[in-house]
Amino acid sequence: MPRRVALEGSHAVSEAVRMADVDVIAAYPITPQTHIVERLAEMVANGELDAEFICVESEHSAMSAVVGAAACGARVFTCTAGQGLELMHEVLFVPSAMRLPVVAVIANRALSAPLNVWGDHSDVMAIRDCGWIQMFAENAQQAFDLTLCAYKVAERPDVLLPAMVHIDGFHVSHVVEPVLLPEEETVREFLPPSEYPFPLDPDRPVSMGCYGPPYIYTEVKKAQEVAIENSYEKVLETFKEFKDVFGREYRPVETYRVEDADMLLLMMGSYAETAMLAIDALRERGDNVGLVRLRLWRPFPAEELRNVLRGVKAVCVFERAISFGMGGPLCAEVRAALYHLPEGERPKVVSFVGGLGGRDVNVEEFEAMLRRAKERVSSDELEGFEFVGLRE
Amino acid sequence: MRGELSWKELEVGAIVTEPGNAAEYRTGDWRSERPVRKQELCIMCGNCYIYCPEGCIVLKEGRYETDLYYCKGCGICANECPKGAIEMVEEGK
Repeated sequence: MPRRVALEGSHAVSEAVRMADVDVIAAYPITPQTHIVERLAEMVANGELDAEFICVESEHSAMSAVVGAAACGARVFTCTAGQGLELMHEVLFVPSAMRLPVVAVIANRALSAPLNVWGDHSDVMAIRDCGWIQMFAENAQQAFDLTLCAYKVAERPDVLLPAMVHIDGFHVSHVVEPVLLPEEETVREFLPPSEYPFPLDPDRPVSMGCYGPPYIYTEVKKAQEVAIENSYEKVLETFKEFKDVFGREYRPVETYRVEDADMLLLMMGSYAETAMLAIDALRERGDNVGLVRLRLWRPFPAEELRNVLRGVKAVCVFERAISFGMGGPLCAEVRAALYHLPEGERPKVVSFVGGLGGRDVNVEEFEAMLRRAKERVSSDELEGFEFVGLRE
Repeated sequence: MRGELSWKELEVGAIVTEPGNAAEYRTGDWRSERPVRKQELCIMCGNCYIYCPEGCIVLKEGRYETDLYYCKGCGICANECPKGAIEMVEEGK
C-alpha cells in the first residue's frame, strides 16, 4: 500500500532517486536544489542507498562525472539550479548526442545579475536546445512521479536519451506537501536495472564521443533529432505504464476546465496551481476561461497542443522567462505551432511575462491578467508582451 | 565511400565499434589545389614519395601516383620534384 507522507518537494525527488536504486550520484549544492542532494548524501552515508556519491568541485564536473558513469552502464543522477545549470551548460549537450540516459532534476532559478536565488524559468530557457527530454512538475507528487518516469523513458532501448525534470525553485522544492509514496517493490518492478547496450567494457571495446568532422556531423545530428522526435510516442507509453502501476495520469499537454472556453491560459510549472483558482473564480462569474499546462517541454508536443488550442478564440501565454530582444520564448513556440492552422481555427495569442526572480503571482493577479488579455484580444494589441505586476 | 555512412547506418550515439577507422577519414576534400603529374618527365627518384607528409603517394604498376582521397594539396611534392613533373592545379579547373 502506498503511504501518504508529508514531504518537501526536494525530498520527494530524493525518495524517487533512492527507490530508483541509482548507482552513481554526482552533484554540487546550490540554492534551491541543495535539499535534494543533501538528503541523498545522507541516504548514501546511512547505507539506505547503495550508490557512489561523488562530491565534485563544480556543476561542470557533476555532469561530466555522470556522463562517464552512464557510459559504463550505471544508473545516474544529478541535480542543479540557475547558475549551476549554466556552468553545466557545455556538458549538457554531450549525453544527448552520445545517447546516454542521464537523469537530472532542476530546481528552476533566476539567473544573475542581479544575484537572485529565487525561482523562474530563465535557466530552463537558456538550455532549451540541449537535446534532453524535458518535463515540468508543478507539485511534490509530480516531482516524485516524473522523476520515476524520467528514468523509465530515458533508459528504454528505443529512446536512450537524457531526461530532465523541472521543479520550480522554492515553490516546489521547499514546500512541504502530502505525497503518496509507493512500496519500493512496486518501483523496482516499474524500473528494473538499466541495460545500456554499449557499456564501456574492456572485453567489448568501443569508442564513444569521437571526433565528428564535417562529413559525418550532419548525419549524427539527423539521427539525434529523429531519436528525440521518436521519443514522443515513448513518453506517451511511459505515462500510460505509470498510470497502470501507480494510478496517476500524465499527458504532454494537460487541461483544466477547457470545455467551451473562448480564452485559454497556457503555462508551465507550479504557478498553474494558483492559476486554477483564478480559472475557478472567473468561471463562477460566467467567464469561459480554461487552463492548459505543458507537462512535456521537449520533445515539444506541437500536434497535441494544436489539437487542444484549435478553434479557441484566444490564448494567453504566461511565462517566467524573457528572451531579451524577442519576448516570451514559450509564447514564440506556441505561436509557431499554431501558424499553419487555417484562418478561423487559429487562435489569437497574447503574451505575458511574470513571476521573475521568485515574484509571486497571486490569484487576483491571474484574474487581472486574463481580463487584460481579453482587452488586448478585442483591441488587437497582439504584438509584444506585457509584464505582470510591474511597478511603472 | 569509405566511412561516409548515412544517418541510418550510424550506431546509437555515433559510437564506433570497430578499430582503425582513421584510415576512412577523407582529408582529400580539404584541398584547394591538386597535384597533376607528367609521367613522361618522372625519373622515379622517389622524392615525392619520401616528402609527402600524408604518405599518400602510392606505387601503382611501377609508377608513382597520388591518392586523392587523402591528398590535402599542400604542394610539397611539386616543390621537391627535381624535374618539375608535378604541377599544382586549382580544383574545379
